Amino acid sequence: METIPFSKNTDTAEMLEINFGPQHPSTHGVFRMAVQLEGEKICGLKPVFGYLHRNHEQIAENLPYAAVMPYTDRLDYVNALTNNFGYALAVEKLAGLEVPERAEYIRVIMAELARIVNHIAVIGFMLNDLGAFFTPLLYAFRERERILDIFEGVTGSRLMNNFFRFGGVKHDLTEADLAEIKKIIARFPAFLKEFEDLLTKNEILCMRCQNVGILSAGDAINAGITGPVLRASGVNYDIRKVDGYSIYNRFDFQVPLGKKGDVYDRYYVRILEIRQSLKILEQALAKIPQGEIMNKKALPYLKMPRNFKPPVGEAYGRIESPKGELGFYVVSDGTPQPWRYHVRAPSLINLTALEEMCLGQKVADAIVILGSIDIVLGETDR
Amino acid sequence: MTFTKNKSTSDPRLRGELAKKGVVWTSLDFLYNWGRRSSIWPMQFGLACCAFEMIAAACARYDIARFGAELFRASPRQADLMIISGTVTKKMAPQVVRLYNQMPEPKYVLTMGACAISGGPFIDGYNVLRGIDRYIPVDVHIPGCPPRPEALLHGLMELQKKIAAQEILKAEWYQKGLKREFPIPEYGPNGLIPKFNPEVWRPPQKDARRIHYGQTILVGKKLKAPDLELALAPKPAAPGAVA
Repeated sequence: METIPFSKNTDTAEMLEINFGPQHPSTHGVFRMAVQLEGEKICGLKPVFGYLHRNHEQIAENLPYAAVMPYTDRLDYVNALTNNFGYALAVEKLAGLEVPERAEYIRVIMAELARIVNHIAVIGFMLNDLGAFFTPLLYAFRERERILDIFEGVTGSRLMNNFFRFGGVKHDLTEADLAEIKKIIARFPAFLKEFEDLLTKNEILCMRCQNVGILSAGDAINAGITGPVLRASGVNYDIRKVDGYSIYNRFDFQVPLGKKGDVYDRYYVRILEIRQSLKILEQALAKIPQGEIMNKKALPYLKMPRNFKPPVGEAYGRIESPKGELGFYVVSDGTPQPWRYHVRAPSLINLTALEEMCLGQKVADAIVILGSIDIVLGETDR
Repeated sequence: MTFTKNKSTSDPRLRGELAKKGVVWTSLDFLYNWGRRSSIWPMQFGLACCAFEMIAAACARYDIARFGAELFRASPRQADLMIISGTVTKKMAPQVVRLYNQMPEPKYVLTMGACAISGGPFIDGYNVLRGIDRYIPVDVHIPGCPPRPEALLHGLMELQKKIAAQEILKAEWYQKGLKREFPIPEYGPNGLIPKFNPEVWRPPQKDARRIHYGQTILVGKKLKAPDLELALAPKPAAPGAVA
């Protein structure tokens, strides 16, 4: 591996350069950090990307629009459904397709379930990095498996759902599915209470997380950071509220905000977001209407995806993914394949503030800060 | 499961008598392999999406600990098994081979998912290695995208079968003067150098992909960019939603 040059002189005896990753238990995949240390204090940090660069955009530009959908699953593989959502929004905007009412509700229900899955998994992994090795993760995965059961029943797959279609969704939610989701929502607050009893006022967690990795609101906005990391810094910016895409403007929910912008706030904002997601789910389940799940105009393209040729133009669809603003930019040239396809990956852009958060902290805190940003390498490197 | 054959010529009645008195009579191979296959230590090494199913297999519902493989070691020096869970890119392949070289003998490799086997859905990518078996020997392949945790457990059981059928006297890693160092590829201007390790992999005689799809790599032939200004200019008659 090539060495990463630092600007400061490292010949002095006090300075030490160490290398995290790409094979490291707490880099969430194949992320690599070159860290410059003075004792235990971090003086410089350079992230190195590209160990999972699998040419997502290039492959997508050579495929029909519908065939790109399963590739979006593999971007952020913790919650494939929200990625589907963003891509479907972008292409529907491009082609001018409308989505039936019931399909919108199904989309919101599945996306919010995916958000819950993501947040509990992330909290588990973050505590893994803190040193609570695997115990909180086991609690989180216990609940995650229950939600994945629903995904499997509805979409046919645990992780890579490939569920959204342009102008609707692939399968309908049956009454049994809805009842199962209601059951999960009913038992979730008890799990959250158990989780919070163990963690929120835990002395070790507070000492390790409070006042660590502080990111001020101004810096967060300047770096283009979105999602729970931005909201933990106290900026009220949630695309579900700002854009009101799909039918999110019909639901009553709040945007939880942090005060300091430290690791603890990022942890707690995620817990609160799970509660808001449950609130949205309750409303959506109460209001879900009967009806079509696919736009009739888009039905022929399910069998003949190569006939789907949006008019020449460009579209940008963005959603509030659990990690931040996930945007898809698609340019059409009138052929079955997109001319240009770009993903605005929140993981990558949130990582840009990593060095700023880590400078002056201890080396053990850098791991926790990385865990609190919540990156997924499939999305970062694409 | 097929175990090592018991080649002992002793009287079975005598063995029965001894077993009643708490004396076990077995072959060394069987005892040794029983110990090895019941405590495989995998390396904690997630590459991509399949790593998530690997973690799920280690968690409560699927519980890989039932098969004695729950102790995920972060260091390759303490691991017996390398689970290659996900896409191996050309940037990552040298690191994977280096990690494999660092593992102590006997060592096993299990590829998880279509990407690690052949490149999978990302086979058309210029940066994706088409199968890690080009550089290191692989014991068990698990197909799927991603394979379910049950599939991983099944793959582990297949590996256990393989271990149980090995004999100490014939095992490769007990021969004198064995040095299994696989050459680490380097990232050159046109991909990895060398393209594969001829000791473990040879290119197939027929290009099955070309026969089946008509091409080895999918390459776009688009040359002219769309004129967006013309398309986005207000038009007197609105075009149809889908052309």
